[in-house]
Amino acid sequence: MTAMFGEPIQRLEDGRLLRGNGAFLDDLGHHALAVALVRSPHAHARITSIDVTGAVEMDGVVAVYTHADLPGRIAEPLPLLIPHPALTHGRTGCPLAAGEVNHVGEPVVMVVATDRYLAEDGAEAILVDYAELPPVVGLDSARAAEHLVHADVPGNVAGHLVQAVGDADGAIAAAPHVLDLELTIERSASTPLEGRGVLARWDPESRRLRIWTSTQTSTGVRAAVAARLGLALADVDVITPDVGGGFGVKIVHPWPEEVLVPWAAMQLGRPVKFTEDRLEHFVASAHERGQQHQVQVGFDHDGRVLGLSVRFWHDNGAYIPYGLIVPIITSTQLLGPYQPGAYRVEFTSLYTNTVIVTPYRGAGRPQGAFVMERTMDAIAAALHLDRALVRERNLIRPEQMPYDQGLIFQDGRPLIYDSGDYPALLAKLKALVGWDDFAESKAEARAQGRTIGIGLACYVEGTGVGPYEGAHVVVETTGKVRVATGLTTQGQGHQTVFAQIVADELGVPVADVEVVTGDTRALGYAVGTFASRAAVMSGSAVALAARAARAKAIRVAAAALEASPDDMEIVGGMVRVKGDPSTGIALGTVAVLSNPLRYAFDEAAKAATQFAGGDISKPPVEPGEAPGLEGREFFSPLRSTFAAGMHAAIVETDPQTAEIKILRYCVVHDCGPLINPRIVEGQIHGGVAQGVAGALYERMAYDETGQLVNASFMDFLVPYVSEVPERIEIDHLETPSPLNPLGIKGAGEAGVIPGAAVLAAAIEDAEALPITSMPISPSDLFELRRSHGRGLGR
Amino acid sequence: MSSPPEQHQVRLVVNGEPATVSVPARRLLSDCLRHDLRLTGTHVGCEHGVCGACTVILDGVAVRSCLTLAVSADGASITTVEGLAGPDGTLSAVQQAFADCHGLQCGFCTPGFLTTITAALAANPAPTEDDAREIIGGNLCRCTGYQNIVRAVLRAAELMRARPGGTGNGREP
Repeated sequence: MTAMFGEPIQRLEDGRLLRGNGAFLDDLGHHALAVALVRSPHAHARITSIDVTGAVEMDGVVAVYTHADLPGRIAEPLPLLIPHPALTHGRTGCPLAAGEVNHVGEPVVMVVATDRYLAEDGAEAILVDYAELPPVVGLDSARAAEHLVHADVPGNVAGHLVQAVGDADGAIAAAPHVLDLELTIERSASTPLEGRGVLARWDPESRRLRIWTSTQTSTGVRAAVAARLGLALADVDVITPDVGGGFGVKIVHPWPEEVLVPWAAMQLGRPVKFTEDRLEHFVASAHERGQQHQVQVGFDHDGRVLGLSVRFWHDNGAYIPYGLIVPIITSTQLLGPYQPGAYRVEFTSLYTNTVIVTPYRGAGRPQGAFVMERTMDAIAAALHLDRALVRERNLIRPEQMPYDQGLIFQDGRPLIYDSGDYPALLAKLKALVGWDDFAESKAEARAQGRTIGIGLACYVEGTGVGPYEGAHVVVETTGKVRVATGLTTQGQGHQTVFAQIVADELGVPVADVEVVTGDTRALGYAVGTFASRAAVMSGSAVALAARAARAKAIRVAAAALEASPDDMEIVGGMVRVKGDPSTGIALGTVAVLSNPLRYAFDEAAKAATQFAGGDISKPPVEPGEAPGLEGREFFSPLRSTFAAGMHAAIVETDPQTAEIKILRYCVVHDCGPLINPRIVEGQIHGGVAQGVAGALYERMAYDETGQLVNASFMDFLVPYVSEVPERIEIDHLETPSPLNPLGIKGAGEAGVIPGAAVLAAAIEDAEALPITSMPISPSDLFELRRSHGRGLGR
Repeated sequence: MSSPPEQHQVRLVVNGEPATVSVPARRLLSDCLRHDLRLTGTHVGCEHGVCGACTVILDGVAVRSCLTLAVSADGASITTVEGLAGPDGTLSAVQQAFADCHGLQCGFCTPGFLTTITAALAANPAPTEDDAREIIGGNLCRCTGYQNIVRAVLRAAELMRARPGGTGNGREP
């Protein structure tokens, strides 16, 4: 049988989704009561009164709740999920605002009605009076701290962290060349096509709560909600149905609605559902990316970095439930594939009266790559050196692996790159894009009156962060295999890739493997889907669990055949003595034999009953064994594993309109061995589209009063097909990780990371103007030209 | 005290089956299909007509069901994603092409692409690559980056030509 690992097979999940038989959150719970929320129209205000009378009297309205109606722990601020010693002033919001609102969209009153239309009618009839407070909008305003978001947080500073390796200031002072750069990235957001949503059903007879939620962590929601509601974990099931995209925003938990909806379901004794609409997703979920950076770099005559000092300011929005993860990732992953000599990084995370900031695909890495790669380009420009050459001179060499950057990473563990070959990646990228021949193309284009430019950008991505994931593999008596892993799925094709792993380990067809994810009933211990960790973490756990099931199948079959386990193999779903098909026992039969029975429930089961034979000198279940043909294993790696990649882009800019067109987009990528190349390439395509979006189109446009003025898909420009590169050219390198049994590294976020960096570089090359702020629209480029004294038709 | 909204009878033919529903005048066709008729394959991504996830084929034309009132569809014949596969469950050419080309990831926007492309290929059975981009130019996908969806449009046209009858799903057009 051909190995399935590495095969670009079609996805097992597609048939269901293509027929319209997916089950997304709002496809469930047709009889549930519907929730609408009254949300703050102000960025910063005190609530002076709430009059719910109009709603309470309305037909179809079942219940109305304000903060004052919430008991005990339900009313309390939501958990601060990731505490850190540097997060000195962590503040989180309450499920319903407690007297003060800190961003437009913050929930104030919850209306429960018989359908969503009536719930919205109810919400409209509620009168809330506010006394407006001065809003803090944008990093300049937050840094100036003329006004405070939270009265008890001086300077609007949530946290401040410094990390250093060596004496960066000394190295810079002694360096022959020094450059200072200011680099800015604006806010964007995950914006999955399906917003958030939660459905809860309380069974008063069994006193059990069942929650369906569009989340990236079902176990996280379960723990948080059980704690809030005072229920035992065992009495709460959390099921993640099909999820219409996550990209980070759905790792946050519990959202206010994830507390309110289960609580209301218990209060009312009826199922209750909240389905977020698009406007709510813009103003009441999460954004990311907004940061300002100051860079000072010292380097030698060859462009080698001797010292790098980076200070940056991170806009964390109104609250900080996810802690300092995003700026910690920027501050560490900024280094990319380079050895910077001495390095010092200092960041300040600031409150503003805007939507909260939590990881969005890439999670601080796009900003880090933008800073580092802009710095590399600036060094090359200062020394009149080739930009690829400057990078080449600063790369960590493969023989230096594992390479310790001397910093602490987002998982609290040392930032040690486990493996990789960065010079080989660069060589592949240069060949793929034709780097060395580009000057000629550029000159030819110029002769035709066209302006084109090329850029490249590199990144290293810590993937597969701990603490752990698990898997439970069960071979049924039918021979079919059921696999459960606890983390959730939102389009990555987990069902397919995990089935591929199991098919190889157990020697069964992929079609016989069924995979369940994100259901606490199937596996109660899990962490979640983020940080490109699912394939590494659950993939490894699935492999280990399948190996355990395989070993057991061999033990059971060997005992039945009175053969030595060492002489056994599994081929095509049959367990047999090596090379002897006549001895083959089907895996399903082995599953029957693995569970000694008193009662035969069907024909096949007779083989496992007490008079069917067996060694009467031993107990039916030997010490150390358990009934059933199963494997249950957990995988917990020492540290993250580090994937890497490099992108190159060629752009053309219009001399009149400043329109920016991507002519070519090339990706070389190293995520170790590919389980399914088709799926990895799909991840890259989607990531690149989001990288392009963040570079050229998407920004959250807040006005000075804190209103998000582009809170719709009409105005926030998620790319259509017309905005993304027509073809992404991809090449792979595979350097296996030593940190997991399959040698794999994560691939989910890779495509997005160098987007802003590579397009800034290409535009800068085309225009010969410094690009220091992204995204850049045609209008921005037009203005930039004008500010440099260039008129139309340069 | 408000009074319950007035109900209106709406007669539809959905995926070949007659259906009569009683809805308030303001009920969106998307909600009517999803919640009254339980055809939840049609998804709602923005409710302002931009993303295209809710696209259905109404009297042969691809329309945004989130911008259509159910009452205004009275008497119409509607095809949703659930009606694309053949009576025996065989995937239509467009559906099969999406599977062949890895044209979907999370699958949420997919029904809107499938209906949009199905309607467009009925009018233009031999699209160029530029046509393919034009066909899907009003639908948002956040997962795939579109490259494989463009391929799927071309692949679907190829499959339709190869299948008897050319409609691609074995149903009456």
